[in-house]
Amino acid sequence: MTASPTRSLSARLTRRGVLAGAAAALCAPAIAQNAPRIVVIGGGFAGAGCARALKHAEPRLAVTLVEANRTFTACPLSNSVIAGLRDLSAQHFTYEKVAADGVTLAFEAATAIDPGSRTVTLTSGTILSYDRLVLAPGVSFDWGALPGYDEAASRIMPHAWQAGEQTALLRRQLEAMEDGGTVLMAVPDNPMRCPPGAYERASLIAHYLKTHKPRSKILVLDAKDEFSMQRLFQDAWKALYPDHLEWIGLSNGGKVIAVSAATRTLAGDFDSYKGSVINVIPPQKAGTIAQIAGVTDRTGWCPVDPVTFESKIAPNIHVLGDATLVGTMPKSASGALAQAQICAAAIVRLLANATPQQPKLINTCYSLAAPDYGISVAGVYQPVGGIYLEVEGAGGNSPLDAPPATRAAEAGYARSLFNTLTAEAFG
Amino acid sequence: MIAARVFVSLVALATASAAAPASAADAPRGATACAICHPSKTGVDTPLQPLSGRKAADIIAAMQEFKADRRPATVMNRIAKGFSDAELQAIAEWWAEQQP
Repeated sequence: MTASPTRSLSARLTRRGVLAGAAAALCAPAIAQNAPRIVVIGGGFAGAGCARALKHAEPRLAVTLVEANRTFTACPLSNSVIAGLRDLSAQHFTYEKVAADGVTLAFEAATAIDPGSRTVTLTSGTILSYDRLVLAPGVSFDWGALPGYDEAASRIMPHAWQAGEQTALLRRQLEAMEDGGTVLMAVPDNPMRCPPGAYERASLIAHYLKTHKPRSKILVLDAKDEFSMQRLFQDAWKALYPDHLEWIGLSNGGKVIAVSAATRTLAGDFDSYKGSVINVIPPQKAGTIAQIAGVTDRTGWCPVDPVTFESKIAPNIHVLGDATLVGTMPKSASGALAQAQICAAAIVRLLANATPQQPKLINTCYSLAAPDYGISVAGVYQPVGGIYLEVEGAGGNSPLDAPPATRAAEAGYARSLFNTLTAEAFG
Repeated sequence: MIAARVFVSLVALATASAAAPASAADAPRGATACAICHPSKTGVDTPLQPLSGRKAADIIAAMQEFKADRRPATVMNRIAKGFSDAELQAIAEWWAEQQP
């Protein structure tokens, strides 16, 4: 950025004031108390990462992170917890280091957002004013979309798609299951959080069954015919779990159209399936506060400008991570953190009346087909026509013919990536 | 009073950016995404090397080898192909300026 001497900055303020007309009169008082105030709602990879990146880029900003839970439970690697390969406590992170960066923590839920007065109301009644608001609420479940599956049913047939008690519940159910049982998994259509995650989970559950309950199997009922890293997963399943994992895609009646918690049944178009343990991953949409803020469109997700992550629906509200729909970028922790850094840099430049940089993002996702069998999908993304598209000629999946040493190396990199992502957001 | 504060805080922001060209707010496109895998702080359990403070020429040489599939890789060969030579140059120079 070029130097911004006092005179040219005031000139820009004036010019903007003229252009913005009456709106400027409303905007000016909001910026008026000391440093610009940024409120970030949601303390996951995107929210915690953005709050910290804002303070690193401009320590004088007043940044408040609103998060209902004092402990964050990370989703990446939580499938290993379900398979008994990892302790749930290894997924837990707290916010001391975020606070040490100068971010103010508000450990309560946000209940209302008023884009007009630029305020956020918290459970306690506290009202926070913002100059810019960042929403990073993750996903919520579209309970109405799958008949029979609601919050009560999820306590019998866990989703385990938000890590924590649900993860532990699915683990306990697998441990308690008698050998010879059938595990059912229902997978929704895209867009969903962590597109390869369901197939990693199926793989690791199959690994658990093969090693601990060899007369059991897992049946995956999928609302899709094609999925992330499909050939890689299916090659691994054929090699590792020929007797323990069966996948039924959309064309073969795999889409689950109704569930019954009372009879432990999943109903497809052609057949009904009974299971000893049932994992239902329900259809998803943006986190609840994004809907309250009015920044979701009819898809249930949040359209954003790819350069600034500012909502295309409401000005001064930025949305990050799994809640957004930004072209072909998958919903991942790695993508969320990359977005958070872009958004933080853009906000700092917008506050200084500078033009945000044209970004380029990298997404890398690892999946484990077995504890020592890692595969990955990587992509480089750039804004094209208002959304993120993959840069052609780059990215792609792990090679289909890689030797075991490469699979083992990628399994190691999966854990390394987790360590780096969590250090960046929480460490 | 209020007007003065607006003025001061915004100027402070602008000048801070101008005085610190290596700030994350001014990172060239693609640069901050490296830190998703390469740790930007010490003490992270990963075999991946931090990039802060490394010689720009070394970073560029490695990226060119990844891009041309001349260096063993799992994902870096796939990622390097997404960046032009000019972008790699700018990214490498920015990381070289960061404090290790």
